Amino acid sequence: MNTSEADVIVEIKNLKMYFPITRGILRRKVGDIKAVDDVSFIIKKNETLGLVGESGCGKTTVGRCILRMYRPTSGNIVFLGSDISTLPESHIRPMRIHMGAIFQDPYGSLNPRQTVGGIVGKPLRIHNMAGKRELSDKVNELFNLVGLDPSMMDRVPHEFSGGQRQRLAIARALACQPSLVVCDEPISALDVSIQAQIINLLEELQDKMGLTYLFIAHDLSVVQHISNRVAVMYLGRIVEITSAEELYSNPLHPYTKALLSAVPIPKPSIERTRHRIVLKGEVPSPAHPPEGCHFHPRCEMATPECHEERPSLREVGNGHMVACIRV
Amino acid sequence: MAVLLNVENLKTYFHTYHGEVKALDGVSFYIDQKETIGIVGESGCGKSVSMLSVMQLIPTPPGKIVDGKVIFEGQDLLKYEAKGDEMSSIRGGKIAMIFQEPMTSLNPVLTICRQLTETMEWHLNMDSQTARKRAIELLKLVGIPEAENRIDAYPHQFSGGMRQRVMIAMAISCNPKILIADEPTTAVDVTTQAQILDLMKEMTERFNTSLIIVTHNMGVVARYAQRIYVMYAGRIVESGLSDDIFDNPQHPYTIGLIDCVPQLGETRSTRRLVPITGVPPNLIDMPPTCAFLPRCKYQIDKCKSEPWPSLRPVGDQHYISCYVNTREKK
Repeated sequence: MNTSEADVIVEIKNLKMYFPITRGILRRKVGDIKAVDDVSFIIKKNETLGLVGESGCGKTTVGRCILRMYRPTSGNIVFLGSDISTLPESHIRPMRIHMGAIFQDPYGSLNPRQTVGGIVGKPLRIHNMAGKRELSDKVNELFNLVGLDPSMMDRVPHEFSGGQRQRLAIARALACQPSLVVCDEPISALDVSIQAQIINLLEELQDKMGLTYLFIAHDLSVVQHISNRVAVMYLGRIVEITSAEELYSNPLHPYTKALLSAVPIPKPSIERTRHRIVLKGEVPSPAHPPEGCHFHPRCEMATPECHEERPSLREVGNGHMVACIRV
Repeated sequence: MAVLLNVENLKTYFHTYHGEVKALDGVSFYIDQKETIGIVGESGCGKSVSMLSVMQLIPTPPGKIVDGKVIFEGQDLLKYEAKGDEMSSIRGGKIAMIFQEPMTSLNPVLTICRQLTETMEWHLNMDSQTARKRAIELLKLVGIPEAENRIDAYPHQFSGGMRQRVMIAMAISCNPKILIADEPTTAVDVTTQAQILDLMKEMTERFNTSLIIVTHNMGVVARYAQRIYVMYAGRIVESGLSDDIFDNPQHPYTIGLIDCVPQLGETRSTRRLVPITGVPPNLIDMPPTCAFLPRCKYQIDKCKSEPWPSLRPVGDQHYISCYVNTREKK
């Protein structure tokens, strides 16, 4: 794929994030949990990259590494042209002007003792982006942007519903006009009828402000709806990356196929006749992942080579990358 | 087919400091033998409370079943004492329930064996040896490998999906007539969800059990349920055969619920989502009119003056509680 440097917001190269397993009073290290094991991808300006996978696959850890809430074990994170993977905390802080984050639980991510106006305006104050007088104007603007009434600015979070809280979290994430917004399961804590409101809001804001999203979620149909490209993760590795349309029309990796076929479709006529791949067993522990391809113990297509050889992501045409030797 | 359980005009209220919460306000539904029904709605709509009311598991106080009938095999279960012997022999024996949280619904300090055999010893008068043998068979049946060894394990040694399998084994252990699954797959991943639902269907078919699936996910019931009830704010707003509900929804809430979730294969360019505006109502302060009115796109003048409409037929076995003919307005 030909992309000029300027278009790339984030490039991740061979990112690894291991968490040590310690035991005993001396906290001796006895192993590693390989939460993220050699992941590479890029996110271009004004696009949404969806990251899907089941719980424990490392998708949240990838997001947190990009925000540099974790210091990666190895690999590079090139954010807006500079490598931030090993920068000390004091150098990271100014970079965070360009990063926004929306988390899963809008009840836990807003300080219950601050007014919502204070919460939304906090990034502006921390980064000295607004003087006292400007601040309330800017917060006003942000409230209007996410569809909240600015007169509610002096209330505290518990007076708001889940959907409204997530709007507040979005307003806060956008306060400094970030280059990248990491959305980590932003709708999974909300009621079904509210989810669509938030998805539509995120899509509208992207069109209006030219935002770039990393959208992390486990719900494949939601990720596919909001994303331009989708990366599927399994046990710390990316098994397939392609455009949202292609992922649905032409999935290649056996895990992607199983994941797609497990998503229920609200149409009884289709559901009753649809062939479904039901995976055997469960996701192995990331502390003791299988040799070779991580997916081979549950894969219908596995051959003896799959037990030994770790498949690398390779392009099969049109930007479609897959990590499987049988494809 | 004969009606197995018939719930009529069930009303369950909770008394709180802020006022009376009408969690269920006149709910009626039925289930036939060997039938699978789905009960769908958002959190707080009363779907769990209606199941707990059937089982008489409502914490009293603050909750109270104030009116209604629950007819099971010709007997009104609400006539029985909640803690009496008659109810205890039905609960877990003839009507079994699987709860949402497999983590919290198993006792962490008892072995799987103890928890599985307890119900069988109580309901079927088995001695502990026979019960243990049957427990191992059940674990094999629900797909737990090395059941002979794992039966003496504790719940924390099992994964979430495995625990849900144990719950299923426990629920079917006394050959219940009805199995109630309250959000059985909300806490598990999507590939595990498929395994669990298929297993539940297989087990109920094998033991001729009727199945009630309670969920907020429309997709989950589409594959399995023959009939569906849609609940909103403590009432049933639409009921019908599952093909009718999905292909020809009539109540504005059901229409909204189907339109607001992205379907697999849809992208931003193919269809924008149509959200339901506003928020679910506060059950303490319910308007006398239709509770969905503030969020409804189809409303007519009559909706603002008349009380909440009762269910009216719009087709074969298809009922809605709405004054509007949405089919004409669409």
